[in-house]
Amino acid sequence: MAEASFEPKIVAFLCNWCTYTGADLAGTSRIQYPPNVRIIRLMCSGSVDPTYVLKPLLDGADGVLIGGCHPGDCHYQSGNYKARRRIIALKEILKNAGYDEDRVWLRWISASEGGRFAETVTQMTKAMKEKGPNPMRRKWAV
Amino acid sequence: MRTVIPVENNDALAAVRGFLKQLLEAEVVNALLVPMETPAGTVTPALVADPDLLDAAVPLAPVMGLNTARVVGHVSVREPRGRIGAILRPCELRALVELVKLQQANLEDLVTIGVDCLGTYDVPVYAAMRADGGVDMTAHLSTAQGGELAPQEGYVFRDACQMCEKPHVEEADIVLELFGADLATGIPVSLSDEVAGKLSPPLSPPLGGKEGGGQRAEVVEKVVAARTRVRDARFADIRGQLEREGVEGVFAACVRCHNCMTVCPLCYCKTCLFKSPVFDHEPIQYMNWARRKGAYRLPADTMLFHLTRLNHMVLSCIGCGMCTSDCPAELPVGLVFRAIGQSVQEVFDYVPGRSVEESLPLVTFREDEWMEVGEE
Repeated sequence: MAEASFEPKIVAFLCNWCTYTGADLAGTSRIQYPPNVRIIRLMCSGSVDPTYVLKPLLDGADGVLIGGCHPGDCHYQSGNYKARRRIIALKEILKNAGYDEDRVWLRWISASEGGRFAETVTQMTKAMKEKGPNPMRRKWAV
Repeated sequence: MRTVIPVENNDALAAVRGFLKQLLEAEVVNALLVPMETPAGTVTPALVADPDLLDAAVPLAPVMGLNTARVVGHVSVREPRGRIGAILRPCELRALVELVKLQQANLEDLVTIGVDCLGTYDVPVYAAMRADGGVDMTAHLSTAQGGELAPQEGYVFRDACQMCEKPHVEEADIVLELFGADLATGIPVSLSDEVAGKLSPPLSPPLGGKEGGGQRAEVVEKVVAARTRVRDARFADIRGQLEREGVEGVFAACVRCHNCMTVCPLCYCKTCLFKSPVFDHEPIQYMNWARRKGAYRLPADTMLFHLTRLNHMVLSCIGCGMCTSDCPAELPVGLVFRAIGQSVQEVFDYVPGRSVEESLPLVTFREDEWMEVGEE
């Protein structure tokens, strides 16, 4: 694949109550955003085990987006606060383990923020394009 | 109070055995979890209820085949069970603190007996030493007084011990304070007045601050400084290697035996994700991955295993290094966990093993922290 035509693949774990609904709103509102994101719906950002993020990264996904409710808005009261700590730890571990932690994004996007969802995917696609393909794409010995 | 267990004929082991017998006979505890020498000559922890069997206790033996906190959890986690005394090294005490927070051990009716650690050998090294004339315990114990910790000539301490900057007991119900003491004459011990009052014959009267060779603080400081230098050099090396090669470089020789997980005192899940069928992929899946990357390492998900374990355990890693000791590929698992752990623990201002009062970082939160995260 020529570098110029590189299209990043982004795996997104979105919470059912806020970000997934926000993505839905972006669609029903016909807001344009890049088709580079593959969405997986979860009930809560607090249910994102680090393994879910690591597996696509090691298999060559160019970015992983975790989307949850804004602080204070979690449907389960505290799932997003726990997710915040878990993702901060995950990124610190990735950085120390020799990987690019900036391929992992955590964003709070509410059910009413269809525009913010589209904007986030646009920004992330652009940022991952600038980074180029995830080196793990070619690394078989992991 | 702080007093001294007198040592006769330069036999510190006999003195400690005598003290442990007193604890059992005075019913301070109903049973003692203590390292024992098996009839075959190896060392293993055992829960000892009969004081007479304490003649086989080897609480000072410098060998570590497992982190005893793991089995303290097994014998303490549920009641009823009676009162248990557990002889533990500093790294085992720290692991116990984490296990309590993980709800895998219970301090109720548990008397922790902490012993300063002068360094330990891996099981095969210890066996080789025994075959080769034995461990010179007098020489080993004599290093406590000045803090010049060193392995017997021709042998090495366990990798984790070489860089252990917490070999001294910081908190336990009863502390055998080896550092700074002339163990040929007596073993300083700290314990509650209540426990001391039950013992028969009574222990000597309490000591003043520096009596009985009580230069402990100074000697500990010296040991910690020396070990910290070794630790920092090791950390710098492994950080450089991780930066250059990533985890897949450092752990390239991993055979996915899961020993590191099995011997980790804190990796407690009964149904670990990596022992479940979750990663038994369909054959076509392996074929797809092989086509996509050109080749695919098997068993699959080896680095995923290590990175997941880092995420699950690194905040609680107390650095006992059993993972390194039991790695058949001789990978520096414990060093990687300690070096990465230092960075991650710093982010959460968390010191594993310090206190049962401090919540585990990933089960607690504050609403008003990291407010900028997620809002970009």
